[in-house]
Amino acid sequence: MVSKHTLDTSEHKHENQKPLTNYKEMENYKSNKGIGDLFTPPNADEMRAFFRAKNKQMKSKLSTIPEAIEAHLHDGDYIAIGGFGGVRIPTALIHQIIKSNKKNLGFAGHVSTHDCQLLSAGKCFDRCDAAYIVGLEARGLSKNARRMFESGKVKVTEWSNGALSWRFKAAAMGLPYLPSRVMLGTDTFKHSAAIEIECPFTNQKLAALPALYPDVALLHVHRADIYGNCQIDGILVADDDIAKASKRVIVTTEKIISNEEIRREPGKTVIPYWCVDAVIEMPYGSYPGNMPGEYFSDEEHLKEWLRVEKDIDELEKFLYKNIYSCTDFYEYIEKNGGMNKIKELIQAEHLY
Amino acid sequence: MKTSYNAMELMITIASRNLEDGAMVVVGTGVPCAAAMLAQLTKSPNLTIMFEAGGIAPLLPTMPISVGDSRTTHKGLKATSMAEIMELCQAGVVDYCFLGGAQIDKYGNLNSTMIGEDYQKPTTRFPGSGGANDLASLCWRTLVVTPQNKKRFANKVDFITTPGFIKGGTSRVEAGLPKDTGPYKVITDIGVYGYHPKTKEMMLLSLHPGKTLEDVKENAEFEILIPDNFETTVEPTADELKILREKVDPSGVIIGRGE
Repeated sequence: MVSKHTLDTSEHKHENQKPLTNYKEMENYKSNKGIGDLFTPPNADEMRAFFRAKNKQMKSKLSTIPEAIEAHLHDGDYIAIGGFGGVRIPTALIHQIIKSNKKNLGFAGHVSTHDCQLLSAGKCFDRCDAAYIVGLEARGLSKNARRMFESGKVKVTEWSNGALSWRFKAAAMGLPYLPSRVMLGTDTFKHSAAIEIECPFTNQKLAALPALYPDVALLHVHRADIYGNCQIDGILVADDDIAKASKRVIVTTEKIISNEEIRREPGKTVIPYWCVDAVIEMPYGSYPGNMPGEYFSDEEHLKEWLRVEKDIDELEKFLYKNIYSCTDFYEYIEKNGGMNKIKELIQAEHLY
Repeated sequence: MKTSYNAMELMITIASRNLEDGAMVVVGTGVPCAAAMLAQLTKSPNLTIMFEAGGIAPLLPTMPISVGDSRTTHKGLKATSMAEIMELCQAGVVDYCFLGGAQIDKYGNLNSTMIGEDYQKPTTRFPGSGGANDLASLCWRTLVVTPQNKKRFANKVDFITTPGFIKGGTSRVEAGLPKDTGPYKVITDIGVYGYHPKTKEMMLLSLHPGKTLEDVKENAEFEILIPDNFETTVEPTADELKILREKVDPSGVIIGRGE
């Protein structure tokens, strides 16, 4: 699934008519173009045709987690995960990706914390657009995710969080790129696939960020109807743009609500039905992450994750217990304190 | 109430004094967030605190664990997207960004990506930019808080994740970054540093009580400019320490690290 869009386009060279003769010029030339791989082509016309052909009938998308992953996510796909690393992430869907042994995925490391840790534990990917990976913010670094990224087996292209957000936005807008004023002058730019351009109006230097069209988006929301109209409380992060940018969208929701309820407050619909391919009701589906307004993150369990990762054997046992041997996501929650734990997390969320 | 203080308490207090009332600041978790909370509870009640994940102007009940967790929107004014936060910065609305510890060079360039020679096979991989590159590119002033030692204050960072003054002089603007933006201050356990107006090299502004110029020099691989006139840092007041210990970080999660 590596992009057909070659980085070393002859087109670009033709624009720079005069041959690059001395080393200094060569260096300058190189610095104007990121050397990172572009994993997904920013082909807006191709995507217009794709979205034109996509079935937009408002029909029930109700599914189950195993069915949805089986139907919509394939080895080699490029995926984008909603939420913010340990906040409103679709944990139940990611567990299923690991259980169903999906391989060679590409993914957008757009504040990828516990989700990156999970995908690393399952050795699910071989390429990554990295803006924030291997860390769990204030909690520390994931030893095992670092093993994965230090192995040399993962192709990495570097970005910033803002750059990835705008790459999704460009795709959602139907544009091949968006200009921006970030990453310029840094090694983050050098190892990205951005290209320095000149503003046609003001002549200032800008970084062109190629649109990012994922194959599959995995999102967790507060409420959705059976057609996939979704409501989210609190921060959106980039979920609205990711949903519009992706070829296929799988949504887990804390709660299924009626279409009437959606229609009562249309301003609250952040993801509309036509974007969505599968809807699964999965209460506590973001555990051990934080679901704003519902439950706080399970910090003890996340600490345990970081601890067991120090030893490969211990990690394997931990993964067997918490993921591979679980018949469903409820069993995982059950093994880690069940409803008593959930009650604590609900109370923590409401600061009792 | 203990009126002596540890290094972390000192750094947070000094950092908080840099955030004036009415300013807008994007912060990360840990020290930056603690400093912004302290500023809000002392001299800057109308400081607007923002988080890159989308939280705007929360009344923080406790320190967030993630810059996207629900504390970052607690009684806030707006919950939005990351793109919108960065767009506000790009539009010039946001005064400060506040970044945590990392490898830093004399021009204020920061590394939080990797250590090693081979980018595709790093010796040590760190998280990467997160929002740091965006914020330090776009906000008017970048504040950095970090403990100071030779390893962190490096002659050459292995990877420029986040722009400071790049190669000094006018190179930051030449790279295309918005004019009049850039590193503002670095606050360490030894002193407070700014940057030379022309060369953009790191320069001592004030020395903490009990610290010496030897400490400044011994704890940096590069040469820090020492002007003829530099100040002595004003110590945290009893009031500042009380609020920091009782309201900002009552469980000592952050300030405990300074013991």
